[in-house]
Amino acid sequence: MNELDLHKEGVRGINSLLHSLPKNTNEKHWVIHNPMGQHSIACGIDGPLQIDIRGHVGFYCGGMNKDAELTIHGHAGVGTAENMMSGVVWVKGNSSESAGATGNGGLLVIDGDASSRCGISMKGIDIVVGGSVGHMSAFMAQRGNLVVCGDAGDALGDSIYEARLYVKGKVASLGADCIEKEMRAEHLAELERLLKAAGRKEKPSDFRRYGSARKLYNFSVDHADAY
Amino acid sequence: MCGIVGLYLKNPKLKPKLGKMFKPMLIEMTNRGPDSAGVAIYRNPVKKAQTKFSLAHDDANYDWKKIDVGLERALKCDCTIKKIGNHCILVTTGKEPAVVAWLKAHHPDVRVVGSGHTIEIFKEVGLPANVYDKFDLDEAQGTHIIGHTRMATESAVTTAGSHPFATGADLCLVHNGSLSNHNRLRENLRKEGMDFQTENDTEVAAAYMTWKLRGGATLKEALEDGLRDLDGFYTFLVGTADGFAVVRDPIACKHAVMAETDDWVAMATEYRAIAHLPGADTAKIWEPEPTIVYTWGGHA
Repeated sequence: MNELDLHKEGVRGINSLLHSLPKNTNEKHWVIHNPMGQHSIACGIDGPLQIDIRGHVGFYCGGMNKDAELTIHGHAGVGTAENMMSGVVWVKGNSSESAGATGNGGLLVIDGDASSRCGISMKGIDIVVGGSVGHMSAFMAQRGNLVVCGDAGDALGDSIYEARLYVKGKVASLGADCIEKEMRAEHLAELERLLKAAGRKEKPSDFRRYGSARKLYNFSVDHADAY
Repeated sequence: MCGIVGLYLKNPKLKPKLGKMFKPMLIEMTNRGPDSAGVAIYRNPVKKAQTKFSLAHDDANYDWKKIDVGLERALKCDCTIKKIGNHCILVTTGKEPAVVAWLKAHHPDVRVVGSGHTIEIFKEVGLPANVYDKFDLDEAQGTHIIGHTRMATESAVTTAGSHPFATGADLCLVHNGSLSNHNRLRENLRKEGMDFQTENDTEVAAAYMTWKLRGGATLKEALEDGLRDLDGFYTFLVGTADGFAVVRDPIACKHAVMAETDDWVAMATEYRAIAHLPGADTAKIWEPEPTIVYTWGGHA
């Protein structure tokens, strides 16, 4: 295990050190102390590292993550794991808005609540939120899964494409073109896999599934009056 | 941009350290607002029959004595003054409207930046660290304090356009965001008798709150009505006589984060401003929800 003090090294110092490690490095486990809410910590990691951040982080932590397993032992600011490609980003506390935005792959787990716009424009990432998500979550979501063990705020899945949304609690309102869908065996199996990966105890059968009605894909002449 | 920060002490033992605890909070927000900075601090409450005014003048060597002597003679009231930077804290038994009217008539270059029983407002162009030093805030004691670092977008970089803006007795407002209907609203509020010193959008929000409160609304009602009448993006932090309130517009894209421990409650645009507080590492931290009025200590 290698320990880094962000107060001493600075965000750039720590990020460039992590970027400079060869992919087959034996120095796999890194612990970052004193994050002090700074932005862009451990962004752009491209290798199978295990990174523990001991404290609360600012914006964009773990952005573009590839292969690494990153754990934030605290609160995560805006845009956590944005555009993540693969690997795992795990937030032990709550998260501010736009968590997992535009994520392409990998798993983002938020043990607490995730605020607004969680999974906005997600493109293949899996997101599991132990608490609730705020308004406009999964806005324009294209691919991947968003699992919410608590409630969802207004306009869930507005203008959604093909992502799958699973919510256990109440949904304040569904966004345009987002509808409730039948939970089939393959969905229950997928949800079970995601809940297990996120260390959750909830039963898949307690969730409801939401997705795209696919009515906004193409221009419909019936909607001409709306413009 | 802009940064807003607020600190409310739940543990009275921390009162002597308020200024010291708050300093790194404000300074951490420097790169969100290097144009000007301001704070409203709640301390040294005056007697019931007295009013405390925060006054400002562009000239740092302004002779505040003539305000003291002039007011005592004109209104037959007691006055004491304390010069702090280019501001002055005036404590008087004179009635608030009479004092304001007299200042406007005889010393129109003096700006009334705040009034009430406990509030003191200090604001100035320049970097937050310089502003903090200028007003001796490091040693400040008190129960709660709010502050603002400004990156000007809607109007000029001037002291008058700096935050906080007073919104009534012991009330003030700081704002991160921008309002899009402030011109029309300013005209409407002028017709209702409100005065404006600047072209600033936040001043309009402050005048709106003042107008609502004068009409008998509670602070919570005024803020909730604001959600309907103020068009734009905003996170507001409102300082009250005994606490503060936070509200965000329905879209809530202007950042805000809250933290609470047994000793204090803090609000900031970004968590890094709060990170310096003792116990922040184990605080409960969350993002305030849109359109919900959060209050601490106050009677909103």
